[in-house]
Amino acid sequence: MTEAVIEAQDVSRHFGQVQAVQGLDLRVERGLIYGFLGPNGSGKTTAIRLLTGLLGPTRGKINVLGLEIPRDADKLRRHIGYMTQKFSLYDDLTVGENLDFIATIYGLSSHARRARIDALLQTYELTDKVDRLAGSMSGGQRQRLALAAAVLHEPELLFLDEPTSAVDPENRRDFWEKLFDLSAQGTTILVSTHYMDEAERCHKLAILETGVKRADGSPEQLMSAMGAKVVELAAPGLRQLKKTLIALPEVISAAQLGARLRVLVSDRVADPIAFLRNQADVPADSELSLTRASLEDVFVTSTGKRAAS
Amino acid sequence: MSGLLRIWAVLRKELTQLRRDRVTFGMIVMIQLIQLLLFGYAINTEVRHVPVGVVDQSQSGLSRVLLQMVEATQVARVTRHFTSMEEAEAALRAAEVRAVLIIPKDVDHRVARHPSVGLGLPPSTDEETSRPVAQWLVDGSDTLIAAAIKSLRNMPLAELLDKPANRGVPTFEVALLYNPEQRTAVNIVPGLVAIILTMTMIMFTSAAIVRERERGNMELLITTPVRSMELMVGKIAPYILIGAIQVTIILGIGHVLFRVPINGDLLHLAAVTLLFITASLTLGLIISTIAVNQLQSMQMTVFILLPSILLSGFMFPYEGMPVAAQYIAEALPATHYMRLVRGVVLRDVAITHMWPDMLWLAGFIVAGLAVASMRFKKRLD
Repeated sequence: MTEAVIEAQDVSRHFGQVQAVQGLDLRVERGLIYGFLGPNGSGKTTAIRLLTGLLGPTRGKINVLGLEIPRDADKLRRHIGYMTQKFSLYDDLTVGENLDFIATIYGLSSHARRARIDALLQTYELTDKVDRLAGSMSGGQRQRLALAAAVLHEPELLFLDEPTSAVDPENRRDFWEKLFDLSAQGTTILVSTHYMDEAERCHKLAILETGVKRADGSPEQLMSAMGAKVVELAAPGLRQLKKTLIALPEVISAAQLGARLRVLVSDRVADPIAFLRNQADVPADSELSLTRASLEDVFVTSTGKRAAS
Repeated sequence: MSGLLRIWAVLRKELTQLRRDRVTFGMIVMIQLIQLLLFGYAINTEVRHVPVGVVDQSQSGLSRVLLQMVEATQVARVTRHFTSMEEAEAALRAAEVRAVLIIPKDVDHRVARHPSVGLGLPPSTDEETSRPVAQWLVDGSDTLIAAAIKSLRNMPLAELLDKPANRGVPTFEVALLYNPEQRTAVNIVPGLVAIILTMTMIMFTSAAIVRERERGNMELLITTPVRSMELMVGKIAPYILIGAIQVTIILGIGHVLFRVPINGDLLHLAAVTLLFITASLTLGLIISTIAVNQLQSMQMTVFILLPSILLSGFMFPYEGMPVAAQYIAEALPATHYMRLVRGVVLRDVAITHMWPDMLWLAGFIVAGLAVASMRFKKRLD
């Protein structure tokens, strides 16, 4: 087993009566892109804040890069980068001024500062925007700026809190390319998201719901271990059929995809196709086929809910 | 070393943002300019030309001369003549006039018997001499106006009879030092420095930090190696410069426009002012650790500002306030600076003679910074 950069045991955090994170166990190995998948309010941001030492846990032990958190949070700051969910650089400073400010805060000498900023502007395609005010840029540009600022001091561990929530799909794809570049250079990345396609890109991920970790592992592991088979069913009258099927205890969920119904059948049923064919409401001429599970199916089986998107 | 670099980074960022925020930048200059002109011209404790009414029951030449004499004092200005008392009282209630002079039918008689005229030989009886020549009815709710009219009580009457004014020898000789012409602006302008600095310095610092929290910048800053103290020093340092600019403008224009003398040593003035600016900035920092948003920080600034205006000695003499109010006043940095700045500017007092106030401000800064950095945690919870 490779070295763990994040280890958390039984970590909980309450805000008054609200249990934002409950009994979180986590192990993130070096060099991975690790995802937190969950709907809004599932405790992703709180979990990240606990791991970075921005919040103290109500209970539990956290160790990040060999440092005890939150006790050694000050030492940790030089080694981690953090990209907040909301754009948190200065709207009334230009791209160059923002980066220069962060670089000075991290103690880069003026020579090193210029070289590093030039390189980052190049990498994140911001060279021609260097004199633009951050507040006047598009979502994608601001996100690239935020990432550039977060990696300015070359952290070995990067926390990204829903980095793509304000970005269009094309920019999202480009952004993930940048993350893979960083990962290839040895940076460990912890990223939270509520997008299934993004979660599927992670090496490993944890599914969070109402502050509890429901499942974790690589996307493939999660899909094969999900405890249900996926059957696609093509037939007329799908709306009504969905209602009757979903009432069956063996059926975990049924979702309509155009002219087909995607049915998750529990592994307790040995032959899901035969099981569905035997149902009285399923028309005799329906087409039934087993298909590959998706991460969304994993999400549904582990949380009992559809994801946000 | 790297700590200084981080302070420099915060300071430079703050200056860049300030330079871009034209409105705030303009206010730094405009607010005080307007207030200086407004207060310098408007605040006047010497009341003149109070509108008064007259009920002249004698309708004699003497009564008309008496009225002219009253107007010649410039304290009162006769705006209305009433025929009856009822009419006069109604006008007083409606605030059409602030006082009414009632000249009785026998005014000639009373004047002739008045001791200051010196005609009543052989000496008139007590009952006759104790009778004043006329009566004032005053709207006494405003104590300043009442005092102005009361000052007419002993108006000399000798001129009425073309006699040289019988001045008499005063009990006390009064020499007015530092402001011999008794111009209010001389006292107001240095005080205004304290008030404007209280307002802008507290507001700017508290808002500057609360704004970072409101806009989410703080969440980023606390994940960086910048320390609380470095962040605070870097944030308040630019405002020391701004405070210095404001003082220069107020006293400079006060000197030119209102002829306020700058009697003291400029270095002493700079020393006490720097102390007060830093104390106000510290107060702003404390507010910023309590306020959650900019509106709250604004409300707290006003909470400090009002007592600073009313209790610090800016408007009313400290000595005249009840003891409890004096304790509150002592807690305000503005009170101590009010003494210091007036002392240096008007009376050329060496700061070594005012060390208790200096020491108090210095103590306030140290204690305030300790409280602020204790409360300002680099954590979100």
